[in-house]
Amino acid sequence: MSNSNFTRRGVLKTSAIAGAGLALPTYLRAASDSGFTNAPTGSTVTLGFNVPQTGPYAEEGLDELRAQELAVQHLNGEGDAGMMNTFSSKALKGNGILGKKVEFVTGDTQTKSDAARASAKSMIEKDGAVMINGGSSSGVAVAVQGLCQEAGVIFMAGLTHSNDTTGKDKKANGFRHFFNAYMSGAALAPVLKNAYGSDRRAYHLTADYTWGWTQQESMQAATEAMGWETVNNVLTPLASTDFSSYIAPVLNSGADVLVLNHYGGNMVNSLTNAVQFGLQDKMVNGKQFEIVVPLYSELMAAGAGANVRGVIGSMNWNWQLQDEGSKAFVKSFGEKYGRPPSNSAHTCYVQTMLYADAVERAGTFNPCGVAEALEGFEFDGLGNGPTLYRADDHQCFKDVLVMKGTENPTNEYDTLEIVEVTPRAQVEYAPDHPMFAGGELGKCNPGA
Amino acid sequence: MIPVSHWVGTMDAILLQVLNGLDKGSAYALIALGLTLIFGTLGVVNFAHGALFMIGAFCAVTLQRILTFSYVTLDETQKDFLGNPLKVETPYLEGWFGYDIGHAIIDWSVPLAILFSIPIMVAIGFIMERGLIKHFYNRPHADQILVTFGLAIVLQEVIKYFYGANPIPTPAPDMFRGSLDFGAMLGLEPNAVIYPYWRLVYFGFSAIIIGAVFAFLQFTTFGMVVRAGMADRETVGLLGINIDKRFTIMFGIAAAVAGLAGVMYAPINSPNYHMGMDFLVLSFVVVVVGGMGSLPGAVLAGFLLGILESFASMNEIKAILPGIDQIIIYLVAIIILLTRPRGLMGRKGVMED
Repeated sequence: MSNSNFTRRGVLKTSAIAGAGLALPTYLRAASDSGFTNAPTGSTVTLGFNVPQTGPYAEEGLDELRAQELAVQHLNGEGDAGMMNTFSSKALKGNGILGKKVEFVTGDTQTKSDAARASAKSMIEKDGAVMINGGSSSGVAVAVQGLCQEAGVIFMAGLTHSNDTTGKDKKANGFRHFFNAYMSGAALAPVLKNAYGSDRRAYHLTADYTWGWTQQESMQAATEAMGWETVNNVLTPLASTDFSSYIAPVLNSGADVLVLNHYGGNMVNSLTNAVQFGLQDKMVNGKQFEIVVPLYSELMAAGAGANVRGVIGSMNWNWQLQDEGSKAFVKSFGEKYGRPPSNSAHTCYVQTMLYADAVERAGTFNPCGVAEALEGFEFDGLGNGPTLYRADDHQCFKDVLVMKGTENPTNEYDTLEIVEVTPRAQVEYAPDHPMFAGGELGKCNPGA
Repeated sequence: MIPVSHWVGTMDAILLQVLNGLDKGSAYALIALGLTLIFGTLGVVNFAHGALFMIGAFCAVTLQRILTFSYVTLDETQKDFLGNPLKVETPYLEGWFGYDIGHAIIDWSVPLAILFSIPIMVAIGFIMERGLIKHFYNRPHADQILVTFGLAIVLQEVIKYFYGANPIPTPAPDMFRGSLDFGAMLGLEPNAVIYPYWRLVYFGFSAIIIGAVFAFLQFTTFGMVVRAGMADRETVGLLGINIDKRFTIMFGIAAAVAGLAGVMYAPINSPNYHMGMDFLVLSFVVVVVGGMGSLPGAVLAGFLLGILESFASMNEIKAILPGIDQIIIYLVAIIILLTRPRGLMGRKGVMED
């Protein structure tokens, strides 16, 4: 019998292919004997910037990328060094990171979790990125953070505002500088009380996904604590473009405030629709009807145009701040790109700086060393005042900005004005706060 | 016993959602009408139709940009964000005609864009048909769908290249801000049934366009020939009539209808490059529910689905069936296609050969 498939040659070939296949996920193993993923061996180190370059958030991604490029320039000693001059830590010397010139690769998240994971994976495996930074969605941030934890690289989150990123989905390798939904609620509530009184009835429209839910929960808790009543919370599909059928019943519901827990295109459309209905011109329960947008961004304000006028919301940072760090950053960004930076650009720049600084202080690119250097790190001069990177959940604690749509804008960037800088103490919470409970930070993974 | 006031409240809510549905439905009906015109005349399934709607909206954006084209003066007394003298932009129109007239023209840019968009949309329709779609008349529907879908993506990316990904605010004239208290007019409580003026304008506008298209097909010789061609293209051709030329014109008209729907939609939602795709799938459902190739069916189904969608997003309904607002359109499509496979007003023999 000679027609057996098990020839010596066949078995050898099959096992060789199988062996190669098993060995494929190289990112799970150390690239060298250095003990961690993508240890830089030459004279350069590669950072991975994962931002939306296509899709509806492409503009925001582009602004993040501008800031990241600027940060790389400053790290390498080019340009005017921006916030490196005002940063309280003086570990960075403008000669790259640990003497290695900083290079970067970019990926396109498309604001889709699977695409974002694929592009992060490719930057880690193919390009040898030792850190991933950027993004403009909480869904994406949570997905990429999980990937970085498995791969053994540091994830410096970009714009992500869901409580879950440093709540139930927190990871030891992931760090968030941006503020979160809880902080927005805590900062907004007192301002709303001053502006509109403590006897108000709120109607919530909420984007039906992780960020929307946590934002709504936070706003409801914060406003109810100061005496407001919640009339209704309606979940709207993320794919909605016309919100008129959700807004039409608001006026007749007895509510006198509409809270739009929407972001991006959803927010631009729901706010535009609400203003079209003339809600703000109406009197309900003897009070002027008001609209609140918990999370603002410059791009959304530009997209909604005149509709943002007088509407209160919150932000992580704004270019109009007058501290030395913000002024240095706005100058350096404005001179290079001819426009003021957005708050997502700011957070990405700061995250890149904080990572580089932590590596310098740790003296290693090893994610566990970097994480240790970031945990509990107190710093100042990066635009938000004194800031703490809390060890328990890898969330930054700092002042929060309450913003209002400018009534009489003088130029195209003058869309929002700062109403109040809410002090850090007012937005702090315990690491085991119920809105953040559930997840485990776990142990840092160096990937080896 | 349910108190009477509860029923009055429910009546208000129902009336409100009917109004809302009519307005949503008018956009669906206009897009589906153009889609059906193209399908009925040329037999082409045009997936680029949503892109035509989007280009229409960007005609409004473009006209607004042209009208607000500005000259720059440096104001030494004010500073920009870098501390340089502020560049003050004054639209040329305000410089030429004085502030009041110039401002009024800019304010009315969306209605003016109706005139601006018609030649552009007809030209785009003409180029699309002569340049690309005519080569696909005798190809399977799958080929037509692929090529037009590809075209839609190309058009979308072209718009994104020039206008960016961020939505661009394109407000309606100031006099249409705010809303009409429809309930108070009927003697109901004030503020119970209010509806924005611009959406009422949109509804009226779409009724006029739909009426005009039907009148054109029904009462003109050109329309009669086109209808004859829709019924039997070959025979009309044999009678010595150049039906292809007329069909090309119809494609231009269909593009203009989609474009006008987009122009007037611009103040409702700030236009962005992917707004066409948001409407595309929906308008196909409308066409299928209405019956392939049936113009009255497309209009009827457009309004019907608009109203159903509005009802499905009522809190009372969502409380019973959570998430119904996400699926109602497709649910209705399934039910109608199961019970009436040709759609509401579909005729025998269309797309069945």
